[in-house]
Amino acid sequence: MSPQSPSPDPALPRSARFAAPLRRAAAWPLFWPLLTLALLLAGNGLFNPGFLSLRWQDGHLYGNLVDIANRAAPLAVVSLGMTLVIAVRGLDISVGAVLAICATVAAWVVVRAGGGDAAPGLLPLGLGILAALAVALACGAWNATLVLKAGMQPIVATLVLMVAGRGIAQLVSGGQIITVYYPPYAFLGGGFLFGLPFPVYVVAGLFLGLYLATERTALGLFVRSIGHNPQAAHVAGVRARAITAAAYVFCAFCAGVAGLLVSSNVSSADANNAGLMLELDAILAVCLGGTALTGGRFSLAGSVLGALIIQTLTSTIYAAGVPPQVNLVVKAALVFAVMLLQSAEFRGEVRRRLARGAGAGA
Amino acid sequence: MPALVLEAQGLGKRYGATVALDDAGLRLRAGEVHALMGQNGAGKSTLIKLLTGVERSDGGRIVLDGRDIAPATPLEAQREGISTVYQEVNLCPNLSVAENICAGRYPRRRWGGIDWTRARAEARTLLRELNLDIDVDLPLASYPVAVQQMVAIARALGVSAKVLILDEPTSSLDEGEVRELFRVMRRLRERGMAILFVTHFLDQVYAICDRITVLRNGRNVGEFAAAELPPPALVAAMVGREVELAGAHGAAAAAGDAPALVEAEGIGARGKLHPVDLRLHAGEVLGLGGLLGSGRTELARLLFGLDRIEVGRLRIDGADVDLRHPADAVRRGLALCPEERKTEGIVAELSVRENVVLALQARTGWRRCLPRARQESLARHFVELLGIKTADIETPVGALSGGNQQKVVLARWLATEPRLLVLDEPTRGIDIAAKQEIMGEVVKLARGGMAVLFISAEIDELTRLCDRIAVMRERRKAGELPGDADGARVLAMIAGH
Amino acid sequence: MSATVSLPRRWRRSLADPQRASLLATAMLFALMAGAGGVLYDGFLNPQVFLNLLIDNAFLCVVAVGMTFVILSGGIDLSVGAVLAFATVLCAVLVQHHGWHPLAAIALALALGTGFGAAMGLLIQRYRLPAFVVTLAGMFLARGAATLLSVDSISIDHPFMTRLAYLRLPLGGGYALSVGAVVALVVVAAAVWVARSTRFGRAVYAIGGNRASAALMGLPVAATEVAVYALSGFCAALGGVLCALYMLSGYSLHGSALELDAIAAVVVGGTLLAGGSGHVLGTLLGVLILGLIQTLIAFDGSLSSWWTKIAIGALLLVFCLLQRVLASRRRR
Repeated sequence: MSPQSPSPDPALPRSARFAAPLRRAAAWPLFWPLLTLALLLAGNGLFNPGFLSLRWQDGHLYGNLVDIANRAAPLAVVSLGMTLVIAVRGLDISVGAVLAICATVAAWVVVRAGGGDAAPGLLPLGLGILAALAVALACGAWNATLVLKAGMQPIVATLVLMVAGRGIAQLVSGGQIITVYYPPYAFLGGGFLFGLPFPVYVVAGLFLGLYLATERTALGLFVRSIGHNPQAAHVAGVRARAITAAAYVFCAFCAGVAGLLVSSNVSSADANNAGLMLELDAILAVCLGGTALTGGRFSLAGSVLGALIIQTLTSTIYAAGVPPQVNLVVKAALVFAVMLLQSAEFRGEVRRRLARGAGAGA
Repeated sequence: MPALVLEAQGLGKRYGATVALDDAGLRLRAGEVHALMGQNGAGKSTLIKLLTGVERSDGGRIVLDGRDIAPATPLEAQREGISTVYQEVNLCPNLSVAENICAGRYPRRRWGGIDWTRARAEARTLLRELNLDIDVDLPLASYPVAVQQMVAIARALGVSAKVLILDEPTSSLDEGEVRELFRVMRRLRERGMAILFVTHFLDQVYAICDRITVLRNGRNVGEFAAAELPPPALVAAMVGREVELAGAHGAAAAAGDAPALVEAEGIGARGKLHPVDLRLHAGEVLGLGGLLGSGRTELARLLFGLDRIEVGRLRIDGADVDLRHPADAVRRGLALCPEERKTEGIVAELSVRENVVLALQARTGWRRCLPRARQESLARHFVELLGIKTADIETPVGALSGGNQQKVVLARWLATEPRLLVLDEPTRGIDIAAKQEIMGEVVKLARGGMAVLFISAEIDELTRLCDRIAVMRERRKAGELPGDADGARVLAMIAGH
Repeated sequence: MSATVSLPRRWRRSLADPQRASLLATAMLFALMAGAGGVLYDGFLNPQVFLNLLIDNAFLCVVAVGMTFVILSGGIDLSVGAVLAFATVLCAVLVQHHGWHPLAAIALALALGTGFGAAMGLLIQRYRLPAFVVTLAGMFLARGAATLLSVDSISIDHPFMTRLAYLRLPLGGGYALSVGAVVALVVVAAAVWVARSTRFGRAVYAIGGNRASAALMGLPVAATEVAVYALSGFCAALGGVLCALYMLSGYSLHGSALELDAIAAVVVGGTLLAGGSGHVLGTLLGVLILGLIQTLIAFDGSLSSWWTKIAIGALLLVFCLLQRVLASRRRR
């Protein structure tokens, strides 16, 4: 691997002179997600004048960009949790179901704790949040037990909760959609703080906390060593099992937070549809952000960018008046593109074909 | 002289800067058992890879039955007539024995479906050739490794192999199973098959082989008739000019009186190790010898907490300990440099610096990250001390050569300043110069007060380096010898006479 | 060596082979559940109840058979529900809006399903992309394509289709099977033969056991890996045809979460998710067991439908744990 490339030789043609810094930029892990997001936003701005405009009104910041950030928050939160699980070579496809369970539990507790009363105070909010997060932690512990104690493959272990989870959520909600008439609860998902939507702060806070945890402590090193070579990490004395378990618990915790955001946003909890297909979007966001599905290499910022990209896509398609189903097709194309670019075999084949083409052309 | 079946000349292979094989060759005749011998890292496995199509040679030619061949894939090599039985049997454990034998050449019924009755009959016939009568319908995994190897050999017979390569087949077999294997090999030899037997067990070579080819440092040393090459000459051919290793024993005479740092009393685990007693003293190099599979690595793993001790007691500094996790061992000042460098040693994608500080960081805990400056100075210190050849401390360890990777793993453990360092085959697959550097460092550490458990299959390493030698045999401790014991005595205890 | 095998030996062999042991466990579970139903509810043991199991779950059965092969080879296919939906919509659109004859529409749907599966298989095999993600994206693609064809449900009232849908094959005694159920049984029978007696089927098992060894043994690993996904695509499309027949409609939301049901049926049927071990007949039993759960809940009347999901999740858990226990005992 070349540690540094020398400054370009002025005798080289102009194109070659640009190639080196461009290649260096491309090697930066966040380059591709940022580029994709920038292109999407720029494209929107071009075809849809006023898309990128922001305005300040009633003490809040309004605009499509704010909207995107707000709507992307639940996905971003779940993606952050999913990033760590994937980084330790795991997978959690139950996040959508856990989100539904936690949303339902929160709504149920809020209503039971007097959320619909005349002067409820903040107790129902506190209880609702506590209950939802406690259940989330329990779900995470369940997944971790299946993977680590029972030794099941992560996809199988979390499949169990994915299948049964919505049934559990419906059990809690009694098959009904629970509606919450309680303004403080709506603040979580729909409120504004210093002009920005509250969910943005939740994402920022979670990201900051995770960033500090992985960069300022040894956790980042441990996670990467576990993801690249769990056996070697174990022999070196890294508590691989404990860290892996923590990753699953934290992922479910994030799903719980997302559940609070989602149900608070619509002031209701729908056990059937809350978080539907969220696990797929989360895995896509994580992939787009540059985290390797095989474990080891991960990028928190990349996952957040990935969530923003997916949400921008959705908003773009909506704004363009194109049928929303196109969203699915475009997401699929994105996944294929990202996976192919990440595949060494594909890159090798492309290089071979280009070399042959160049050789033939020369 | 029987006919020449396989002749390889001028084969070579480079991996980047490392030369694994240089102008090496081999001559196999029909109806002979031919041993391929050499130290670890001499090029044996590379030569096998070239013959079996796993890799392509950088030059030279391979002639089989008078025809030039250049197998590009293992399948091609098989079709040419070269069949291989590896230590990890390369069959499908979930399929039945009969199916493993005839997979890819199923007998067909008239209307296209597979004729299982004929397949079973064929399998039974082939196995009977090897004097094996087993239920061919059971999945392969339900049989022990020894039987699975026989099935692999039966498959080779079925595809009419001209050359049968047995790559370290006896490592996981017990005495009785080895005898059975040899009986089968003799039978195949009578039928005119050419058998290439890759092994590092000297006594087995002399028990069954007709001719021996010796490799050293990637080159041919020579081809000999087994009857004309006594063991000392064979060893000399493999090792070459005796390398003078830094200061051996004698200085540690005092260590024997000191209280034991680590005391193992009858420790064992079911299926892994029979109860073993062992004492390790500070400032002493204790050698652990024995054949592969004799229980050396199992003992190391029990001492380090990688496996749970089921019987017996382990005492460190006189106090009983219960090690449940390597982290417990590291906290108490133990260190284990594992045998399997690639799977249990290096984290290839992490940098040299990260690999070096990993164990130390794991001991320090996750909350307190070692300052970057300290990490860099530690890494640079060991790069210099052990002579690790790397462009940068930020280079991923996977880019380094095997010897340097081993040094990185050693550096990792030295960074924790352990009181007991267990080295499991630290010099395997490493060139002589690196070996010398590592061994010199180990002796220096022991003189500095560290206890060292040095596990090796190389008798001369043990006798040169160690103050005491314990010998393992068949998952038990066979006995102990003083470090200056004669190599022949050590060999005798290992072999069990 | 005598050709006859004494009975005790055969029994011993069954239990020693974890594949057979799993199948036995599934069969026992089915019998247990059927028995429990018969005890708890009147009229449960009417043969038509069990035939209805097959009729109502015919399309799931066909899809699960395709999924079995994919899982046996060590892969997974999450796109089957979406491909099924696409097939229903395609048939409905072609027949109802463009006047195609149903047989032509069916043929096209099957061809597209197979091609789609093959394309995914190619990406997985050639570029070593993880099957999970590729088929996930495939699911997005197929579902999106189905919705692009038609957002709303399209009723099918072509006489050919309606006649086929109401056709019942009498089995005597007043009991009957639908065309869909018969097709499902034929597919299962064909799959059993393919798995047992063709090179493709054996290659699938070999790849699931040890891919590298399978290649060494001369089996066509690359071609087989692509072919299993093509087969799964075909089965998903065929399932779609049967679903269109059953519902007499084409709708992009058909087969929602069907892939999970298919996977559950395969696992409960005794196939290891890691690949290499399993039986097509087990999948049939798995489908019937899933259907039984629904039927039991329907007969009870007081239990809400979401208990089905919990029950399936619990079954999945039990069977996966059972597989781990059997596997670890075998290793010892």
